[in-house]
Amino acid sequence: MDDVAADVIAIIAKRLPAEKRNVAMADRLEDLGIDSFGAVEMIFDLEEKFDVQISYNSNDARLDLETVGDVIDAIKKLVAGRS
Amino acid sequence: MTHRVVVTGWGVVSSIGHTAAAYWSNLSRGVSGIADATIIPTDHLSQKVVAEVKDFDPRQYFDDHQVTTLDRVSQFAVIAAREAIGHASISFADGLSERTATIIGTGVGGQTTQDESYRRLYQERAKRLHPLTIPKLMVNAPASQVSMHCGLRGPCFAVASACASATHAIGLAFHLVRSGGATCAVTGGSDACITFGTMKGWEAMRVMAPDTCRPFSRDRKGMVIGEGAAVVVLETMEHAQQRSAIMLGEIVGFGMSSDASDLLSPDEDGMVRALEGALADGRLSREDIQYVNAHGTGTATNDEAETQAIKRAFGQHARKLAISSNKSMIGHALGAAGGLELVATLMAIKEETVPPTINYLGRDPACDLDYVANKARPLRIEAALSNSFAFGGLNAVLAVRRL
Repeated sequence: MDDVAADVIAIIAKRLPAEKRNVAMADRLEDLGIDSFGAVEMIFDLEEKFDVQISYNSNDARLDLETVGDVIDAIKKLVAGRS
Repeated sequence: MTHRVVVTGWGVVSSIGHTAAAYWSNLSRGVSGIADATIIPTDHLSQKVVAEVKDFDPRQYFDDHQVTTLDRVSQFAVIAAREAIGHASISFADGLSERTATIIGTGVGGQTTQDESYRRLYQERAKRLHPLTIPKLMVNAPASQVSMHCGLRGPCFAVASACASATHAIGLAFHLVRSGGATCAVTGGSDACITFGTMKGWEAMRVMAPDTCRPFSRDRKGMVIGEGAAVVVLETMEHAQQRSAIMLGEIVGFGMSSDASDLLSPDEDGMVRALEGALADGRLSREDIQYVNAHGTGTATNDEAETQAIKRAFGQHARKLAISSNKSMIGHALGAAGGLELVATLMAIKEETVPPTINYLGRDPACDLDYVANKARPLRIEAALSNSFAFGGLNAVLAVRRL
């Protein structure tokens, strides 16, 4: 696992109860119990960690980022676009 | 002994008018107060639309010395209170001042003063702040300033319950007058927190609409921050009759509850308890109500939960209710919202017209009641409710009746 993936997983895992912290790429955020305001806090942590802007409005029907792998891919794209 | 409590005056400062008459004229015609912010720089804001009080010059209302002592939030409160007292044609001489309560809600108090002071300290490295920094930004400043400017010497305090502040303030004032604890009350709410700092805070919550506020509509994108003040004069019916005052409406019930669950997500159970509490306190049955002035913030979660709560509290009668959200026009004026909305509810009864929910695009399956979409509706209303549901899980509902 690369550094970005490890950092994203650490940020997501921090939001979860101890017994659920062993997350896999295919895990869906919703199934992990991250609700819309949990997502807002997670996105804040990601933006701060990677110095990127993530577009997200909690009123939209669903987060584009469905799985842990989606979040990692999105962050990698944003980080690549930044440099 | 309990007293009937009547409203004999109202005053409004809003994004759609600086007087109560202008407010109603625009509200009943579906005029929006939402536009790009002008009082703050928007370059670094992802959401640039607000419902600000436009073309506001405090020097039209206050002399130079007074202006320096009043944050924008207190200016709005005092202007609305003066208008309400003038509208009620009431004099507080001969001991009435001591029997008049001043209870003013505000969500966050003097944010303009706070934001500007901290900017000077942190950015400009200022060595000192203005000596009135603290008394201008304190949360009780609007209540204290109304008391001082209007010469009201009875019980006076602020109520802070975020978006429900004005409704809690008016509800407490209503109970105080009903119980005989005060003969009169000057009460309502004020907020003026369109500052760079607070807007960045709201932006971080990701609950803000990028374009406009569409309560209960499909494709709604969230809330729009507003500002303003609304103040009413309450008095016992006997007192109003003795002085031959014009009675504009009666407040009959107040219900409040706390969700004690989530900090942000609304909770139907708490809403239902406040709705049922207001009906019970006013000795009203569900069928007595024709109109509900909704909290209706335009967020996905509030509007869905509020719809469910109205259905649970009203049963089959929910489908017969006219429901509308003023926030579609005036945004969410936070601590002032409940005051602006109570005045709108009383005006709707008096003028026999329900103000619309504008910006409505079509039905959301989760919000399937009658929201008086886009166009005002003539309706004779005998009794109505005004809802406020705050972050922190605090719910407050007022019940009012035609006289």
